[in-house]
Amino acid sequence: MTITASWYLVVAAILFGIGAIGLLIRRSVLVMFMCVELMLNAVNLTFVTFSRTLNDIAGQVVVFFVLVVAAAEVVVGLGIIVSIYRSRRGTTADDLHIMHG
Amino acid sequence: MIPMLAKVSVPDATMFVVSAAIVLLGAIGVVLNRNPVRGALCLVATLFGVALLFLEQRADFLAAVQIIVYGGAIVVLFLFVIMLLGVDKSERLGRDPLSWQRFLGIVAGCLVVGAILVLAHIAWATGTKSVSGVASSKTVPNINLLATSLFTTYLLAFEVTSALLVIAVVGAVLLARRRTVVIDLDGPSTGLPRDDDPEHGGGYQDQTNPDPDSRGDLDGDNGDRGDRDDLVQVPEGIFEEHASGGHGS
Amino acid sequence: MLHSLAYIPGFALAGFVIVLLVGSRLGDPKAGWVATLAIAGSFVCSVLTFSGLMGRTSTGRSYVETLFTWIPVGSLHVTVSLLADPLSITMALFVTGVSTLIHLYAIGYMKRDRDFSKFFLYFNLFVFSMLMLVLSDNFVLTFLGWEGVGACSYFLISYFFERPSAATAGKFAFIVNRIGDFGFLMAMFLLFDHTRTLSYQGVFSKTAPPSCPSGPGGTLGHCVAQLSSGTLEAVCLLLFLGAVGKSAQLPLSLWLADAMEGPTPVSALIHAATMVTAGVYLMARVSPLLHLAPVASWVIAIVGVTTAFVAATIGTSQDDIKKVLAYSTVSQLGYMMLGVGSGAYVAAIFLMVTHAFYKALLFLGSGSVIHAMGDEQDIKKMGGLRRYMPITSVTFIIGWLSIAGVPPFSGFWSKGDVLDGAYTKSPILWAVGAVTAILTAYYMGREVYLVFFGEPRFKEVALNHGGDASTGHGHGGEPHEPTWHMWVPLVVLAFLAVVAGLLNLPFTSGLGYLEHWLTPVFGTTHLALSTSAKWLLAGSDAVLALAGVAIAWSIWRRAWDRPELEPNFLRSSWGLYKVYEYLVSKPAQAFANFAQATVETRIIDGTVNATGGLVAWTGLRLRKLQSGYVRNYALAIALGMAGVLIYLVVRAG
Repeated sequence: MTITASWYLVVAAILFGIGAIGLLIRRSVLVMFMCVELMLNAVNLTFVTFSRTLNDIAGQVVVFFVLVVAAAEVVVGLGIIVSIYRSRRGTTADDLHIMHG
Repeated sequence: MIPMLAKVSVPDATMFVVSAAIVLLGAIGVVLNRNPVRGALCLVATLFGVALLFLEQRADFLAAVQIIVYGGAIVVLFLFVIMLLGVDKSERLGRDPLSWQRFLGIVAGCLVVGAILVLAHIAWATGTKSVSGVASSKTVPNINLLATSLFTTYLLAFEVTSALLVIAVVGAVLLARRRTVVIDLDGPSTGLPRDDDPEHGGGYQDQTNPDPDSRGDLDGDNGDRGDRDDLVQVPEGIFEEHASGGHGS
Repeated sequence: MLHSLAYIPGFALAGFVIVLLVGSRLGDPKAGWVATLAIAGSFVCSVLTFSGLMGRTSTGRSYVETLFTWIPVGSLHVTVSLLADPLSITMALFVTGVSTLIHLYAIGYMKRDRDFSKFFLYFNLFVFSMLMLVLSDNFVLTFLGWEGVGACSYFLISYFFERPSAATAGKFAFIVNRIGDFGFLMAMFLLFDHTRTLSYQGVFSKTAPPSCPSGPGGTLGHCVAQLSSGTLEAVCLLLFLGAVGKSAQLPLSLWLADAMEGPTPVSALIHAATMVTAGVYLMARVSPLLHLAPVASWVIAIVGVTTAFVAATIGTSQDDIKKVLAYSTVSQLGYMMLGVGSGAYVAAIFLMVTHAFYKALLFLGSGSVIHAMGDEQDIKKMGGLRRYMPITSVTFIIGWLSIAGVPPFSGFWSKGDVLDGAYTKSPILWAVGAVTAILTAYYMGREVYLVFFGEPRFKEVALNHGGDASTGHGHGGEPHEPTWHMWVPLVVLAFLAVVAGLLNLPFTSGLGYLEHWLTPVFGTTHLALSTSAKWLLAGSDAVLALAGVAIAWSIWRRAWDRPELEPNFLRSSWGLYKVYEYLVSKPAQAFANFAQATVETRIIDGTVNATGGLVAWTGLRLRKLQSGYVRNYALAIALGMAGVLIYLVVRAG
């Protein structure tokens, strides 16, 4: 007998929580990005788990699309980071708050 | 829950426990590592663990893609940017300059995880079938099933993602492109800020500077910025600063 | 030609549309010709409809042509339908006929006006509205025409809108007419509330008392009593309020004098011949109701005769050639109301028709005088024009004798009929009317003598206006006759003013063509007068008219300035302007000041500023929430997500 879906979902939930906390407490933009990737992976894991549980390929298709979108997001995000760093070396997320009220 | 695990065959259980441990420890490493390079390596571990979990659930193709695309391309991209920009320095993790941010962040994260776990026990998925077919079959390999679904039911979405990738590439090129390139023969010391400049380096420095407002923000920058935009020399500037900053861990 | 009815207003509407679309391209004078031909078409259609009705028996001379349903709301079902009956066709005939002549006149009068085509645009729209008013078979459509003529009247009074006095006069007329409209609307509401219909036939069918006396509306009356006499009185009085506004009866008379700011053809067409008679027409139209409302009839008769008298006295002291005519119009409208109030509907309509002829004639004559004098309107600065303008002066004098009631001109017959009717109602009404008749002959005589006789007093004036010749106004130092566009209508109208009395001669019943013609509408009206009394009254009318003419002759033949005969009290219109000022303007001004000082600055500005201040105050405090830190926003998202999930947990558990 294989592992029940619950265990995968528990792992995914914890992974998601760790990613979220990391996103909230880290100030380096790059690390925040990595935390977003963690959260995406948690969701991917959930999709795959349900795909298996329900015996439905759609979950895996969605994961495939998430991968593509994540790649695009990283490309654009890192582009933005590069252009920010070009004008301001060593910028953290907290430094970018000119839109404060 | 442990008794549930006990019913499972030993190789399966071992496989799951090991990969789950890799995933979670890697994730914690990403969050807690002060050095971004190490964080990126921890991310690789997590992604690898997730690939293992995919594999355990017969998502063979996705496991491969996870390793190749995520672990290969994306993390390499991260590392490349880190190296390119020279930000592989430690971030001070002692105290968050935004009061309550860390506390509330952890509380919110734990609440979310807790709520999900509780919900997982009392309200499970509905299990409505989609139109895309089965996930595993005795005769057809996983990759065939996935491909059939992708190129029939989800063909339009698949094409749109290709457009998305093109747009992302164009956007990234546009973002990273310089307006003019000037070879600054005098070296980077004139235009570039020093690492010990409290205006710019604060976030990555060891000395304490608890007030976030005292750090420069984009609009607080003064006159030399316009020049710098044009004069920055990527490799030399970064490496020079690298060497002089010397804050690598 | 029974189906030509819709073409009567149709031609006018077509003319309006054509002038609207291509008028400015057609320009002067083609646009005027298009407009004139359109109205002439309406006139021809009226004649055809008239002959169609003549071909029927006298009881069958009434039919309705329904075009389409206009307002289907619940039990209110208003159609656009036209009613052809002797009364409406009589009105349509003289409205289109006189309008055609005045259109022709206007081509000459408005020559070289900057907005030549705009003038004819309004003119055609006016005629269309007037025809809708006249031909409508229900109150609502009549009201549409009523408002249409009011709006056109406003446009045309304010035609020279660069002149502040013209703009003000237009507004004055418009506002005063709103008071009348209020009455009209209230009457309609009341009628609908009680009868559930607004068509004339429907309403009249619910008025006749059960006993079916030989009363109103032979074709219209049915023996179903559903309106109480109190309601009838109220409806008639409210409708009369509308008529008071439109027909410039006291106390709402002054707007008509101010309306003389408009171009003279406008004064002739709208403010003398047609629109102002709409009030009289309305009262005649609802005569089946009025017949059953004795109180309202008395009110109408008294208001009418008072208006006639007061306006005539004011007319004796005015210096403006058109103001004299304006007050004379008010006075004549008072006569018509007197006729309506006395139950002499035929006489009122008869007077309306003849008045349309001779008053249009007088106005057009005054227009050509004004034209010749270079826009001078003060009769004190004229005189002796007889020598320069023979056609104008002869026709004007015919108009004068006609309005004065000198036999055998048309005014003698029509005014005589009204006075006969008034005598049967009450000798006092007759007496006031008779005095007014003397005054009428007198003030018109004064105008004629001051303008056309005596020594010319305009030499210096003409010299002052010599400059106009170079600016292209088209006349040199001496007044002269206008172009044929202008004098042909004068001659035609003068001819009509002389012979229109033939329509309804009193000698034998066989000669009362108009009376026979209108019998299906008004029923047979038996004047309780012996033949000798009739002759006596007619004789006294003639004597009174000649007396007025003689007085005018004796006083104004030589003199031109007799201040003791023109007291300031009459010059200033019995102080009515002051009354308006103190009753309306001053309180309104005070209220406006109060509103400006208190309501505007404190309440409205206060509310607005307080709203803005509150928003700004809130914003100043809320902006602190926007820290600008991405992580803070992410935290907000995370907390929100946690909240949603906890809610789900609580709900599921």
